[in-house]
Amino acid sequence: MIILGIESSCDETSAAVLADGKLKSNIISSQLIHQQYGGIVPELASRAHQRLIVPVVEQALTVAQIKKEQLNAVAVTHGPGLMGALLVGMSFAKALAYGLKIPLIGINHMEAHMYSNFIDDPKPTFPFLCLIVSGGHTQLVYVRKPLHHELLGETLDDAAGEAYDKVGKMLGLGFPGGPVIDKLAKEGNPNFVKFPRSYLDPGKYDFSFSGIKTSVLYWLRDHGYRNNENIKPIPKQELADLCASFQAAVVDVLVKKTIQAARDLGVLDIAVAGGVSANSELRTRLKSVSDENGFKLFIPAFEYCTDNGAMIAQLGAMKLEHGYQSDFSLNAISNLNISTSPTR
Amino acid sequence: MNMKLITHSEMETISAGREFSLSIRCGTVVALSGDLGTGKTRFIKGICEGLGVAEHVASPTFTIVNEYQGSNLKIFHFDFYRINSAAELREIGFEEYVEGGGVCLVEWADRVKEILPAQRFDMTFSLGKDENERIITINEVKPE
Repeated sequence: MIILGIESSCDETSAAVLADGKLKSNIISSQLIHQQYGGIVPELASRAHQRLIVPVVEQALTVAQIKKEQLNAVAVTHGPGLMGALLVGMSFAKALAYGLKIPLIGINHMEAHMYSNFIDDPKPTFPFLCLIVSGGHTQLVYVRKPLHHELLGETLDDAAGEAYDKVGKMLGLGFPGGPVIDKLAKEGNPNFVKFPRSYLDPGKYDFSFSGIKTSVLYWLRDHGYRNNENIKPIPKQELADLCASFQAAVVDVLVKKTIQAARDLGVLDIAVAGGVSANSELRTRLKSVSDENGFKLFIPAFEYCTDNGAMIAQLGAMKLEHGYQSDFSLNAISNLNISTSPTR
Repeated sequence: MNMKLITHSEMETISAGREFSLSIRCGTVVALSGDLGTGKTRFIKGICEGLGVAEHVASPTFTIVNEYQGSNLKIFHFDFYRINSAAELREIGFEEYVEGGGVCLVEWADRVKEILPAQRFDMTFSLGKDENERIITINEVKPE
């Protein structure tokens, strides 16, 4: 069974080939064009997808040494994401599957992140808990059995990655803020400022990160660095200390809520997914706390943390195996939710 | 309508939004501007509560637009934080949303002012003197 996975929901155009459960290629064209704009620009994003989709798919097939006629199915992200960006990948996938007369499989991008832990060995065993942390999402999901999910909680305001990006912007660090904050934090003191941790209701698994963001803003204002858009540069060590203190607050909340949920559910395995799972502090802390508490932690390899075609092909293969495929009326849905049971 | 409000907590900002929702009709556009963390999303949360939205209202920075169903109206919650030009908004169909009869609530509206309709509410948000104080101005703009 040979499956092509296509992903174009946000800023990455990506395609991957999965043959009999083995990943043969995973081409991700990071759109560096965004860095000069301080954010993902939707119009630029969909234009770039249009320009990149054909070469990216061609390269995925070439690297895998697969001819398109050998493909058995095409899996494609149909949400959530930016409408214009989603439509590029979807239209391409529909045309390809239709032309080759092979099944089309619509994939939920957030679900694919959860199954990115199944690309390489070792794989989590069902049921497991999954923490998804990215620029657009922060969710805790109980994965009961393959393709059966229960959303336990999510962010009530900003996603963790969004807080990183916004704080990065406040600190004058550019976009994306996450990797820069993570790097600077290594040189800083996490106890420099005690930013608030909002755990909300202990019985619930929701998150809130806008309070941490606001506290950073207050701190900058009170120390004369920022007042309603008048900005003064921050000295290097202080900047590193601020990054470390902010990161400690975000990671504390993510780790504590995740471990709490895993205990309450009685699962043995915890999986992490999404762009923020590339964050070194989050990885280190989750690993040590999981070890202390007897949980097995699964974090995908770095190239499967950010948006990628491999996870789309992976979930496509699982859906096909369980008998699920889409028809050609498949729609792009910008706010698609995680499904409780398999969908077409 | 032309007014200035001062709120002293997130809850007060949400209540102010709930109260403001009484001025909203089908087709109303509200343009909210102000720095990070000054209460724009909270105020919109209040408006949505007032309009009977049951879904959870979160920042649409990633998706650019969230849709909610109120008791009588459809609400489109935009965030222009990552938008740089009117052309980008046309690409995602902003004008169709505005003319579609729903309510448009736009965060970071000052980034692309030229695309906003002549009839709208302009709001600004800024930090006050005290820790949780927020200064909110509301200004009804009418076509000449």
